[in-house]
Amino acid sequence: MSTLLSVENLGIQFGPPENPVKAVDGISFAMQAGETLAVVGESGSGKSVTALALTRLLATPPARYVSGRIEFEGRDVLQLPESQLRDLRGRQIAYIFQEPGSSLNPVFTVGYQIREAIELHRPEVRDVTAEIISALDKVGIREPAKRLNDYPHQLSGGMQQRVMIAMALSCQPKLLVADEPTTALDVTIQKQIMDLLKELKRTSNMAILLITHNFGLVADFADRVAVMFRGKIVETGATAEVLRNPQHAYTRALIECVPKLGQKQHRLKVIDYAGIE
Amino acid sequence: MPESSKTSSEPLLRVDQLKVYYPILGGIFRRKMGEVKAVDDFSFAITKGQTVGLVGESGSGKTTVGRAIIRLTEPTAGTITYGGTVISELPAAAFRPFRKKIQIIFQDPYNSLNPRLSIFEIIGEALEIHFPEMNRADRRERVAELLDKVGLKRAHLDRYPHEFSGGQRQRVGIARALAVNPEFIVCDEPVSALDVSVQAQIVNLLQDLQEELGLTYLFIAHDLAVVEHISDFVLVMNQGKIVEAASAEAIYENPQHDYTRKLLSAVPKL
Repeated sequence: MSTLLSVENLGIQFGPPENPVKAVDGISFAMQAGETLAVVGESGSGKSVTALALTRLLATPPARYVSGRIEFEGRDVLQLPESQLRDLRGRQIAYIFQEPGSSLNPVFTVGYQIREAIELHRPEVRDVTAEIISALDKVGIREPAKRLNDYPHQLSGGMQQRVMIAMALSCQPKLLVADEPTTALDVTIQKQIMDLLKELKRTSNMAILLITHNFGLVADFADRVAVMFRGKIVETGATAEVLRNPQHAYTRALIECVPKLGQKQHRLKVIDYAGIE
Repeated sequence: MPESSKTSSEPLLRVDQLKVYYPILGGIFRRKMGEVKAVDDFSFAITKGQTVGLVGESGSGKTTVGRAIIRLTEPTAGTITYGGTVISELPAAAFRPFRKKIQIIFQDPYNSLNPRLSIFEIIGEALEIHFPEMNRADRRERVAELLDKVGLKRAHLDRYPHEFSGGQRQRVGIARALAVNPEFIVCDEPVSALDVSVQAQIVNLLQDLQEELGLTYLFIAHDLAVVEHISDFVLVMNQGKIVEAASAEAIYENPQHDYTRKLLSAVPKL
């Protein structure tokens, strides 16, 4: 396996330079081709900012890249000219986000939106319609040919997320960044979407970066996990190892606060932030 | 009959054969072409001080049950009895005293607080309506007390919703429900929009308040792990009907219905 992505000492700040908010504070990690890495942390820990930085999707200002390097297949992302970023965004690194309803354009059909992505990123494709149908079929949408002309509001949240995944996959990216892909969905639909991502992980050589606040989703999905707390990675390791033997107090707390079936406690465990400092 | 002689075996809330149907209108005259049976023949009861969990997927009708209880939705048929009074048929004026006893906490703390009102105004509004004898200073004192109860500070009184995190906003929503000293609270997916770490804090807060104030909850959610934790008794709902009703332990240890098993298997395992 070769290194697909490496992030070294990345620092991203917001707000006034004399009193900055250090959203990402000197983090380093790497991903191999085909690997799944989960970044776990609470709201505000910097995990989404990290995800967006990978293709320089953060608006500058207000964001400032203050330190570090991001290297994707040998290319220095932070130095790339805008023209080359377009190849990176969508084509090499594709995203799915938390709220599929607001990621899709409400005034265009699903087919039109996937077509747009394919025509832009893969001009060599001759039969685009067939490609769209196959993309929808791969994500488990039944009768895909009929769904082409549906508008996003005609689909449920779970189906919308499948369309987002189809759109991301239609560009055959090397890395899929899934930023809280199931947080807005019911647990039953969450399971379906995670099962789909698992299936894609098995059948393709695409690397997946899963961003989540829920340790429950990580267990049987990610090869490795990185735990983020206040802009820093506090722990990283093989998923099974981190779950079995968490080293950092914050990791332990984050694992313990997930309610577990059949282990009724008097009160749920909460994170004792004072104890972590 | 004096209030205290009501035995504890008498349920605080009883729902009998509740039906909520919505018409499907079509054609140029908007005639009724059919109906959606959002809630169909739904019966259950809750004893004072208990928590009944209502679990099901989106579209199963669980929110409609909650809304029918507080009369935000008119039932098509069936009765809702609260403390011995049939409240589902009361005229609006006669129902008003029950609005004080029965409160609701909503799912989305981002959309359920008016962004133009301060925290004092949001919580104080309920006091203005239900306790007209209170003056402004009394109301501020009472709201400050409520903020303290839900883990916020007096200093938050004059802030606006956008200055708070999702978990803090949900605390404001809880304080607003508590303002009128309710007995019964419909908790409609109160933690579904929150991080798991914040979810644990809010669930614990609800349990602490229940212990302290003797509250009765209908706890609506799609996540069986949370419902099992907080509930004494669990109702599993699918397509408008109850498919299984059992104690929280029995639901987990010995699920009877396929749908319950499906919900159980959807909970991520750690």
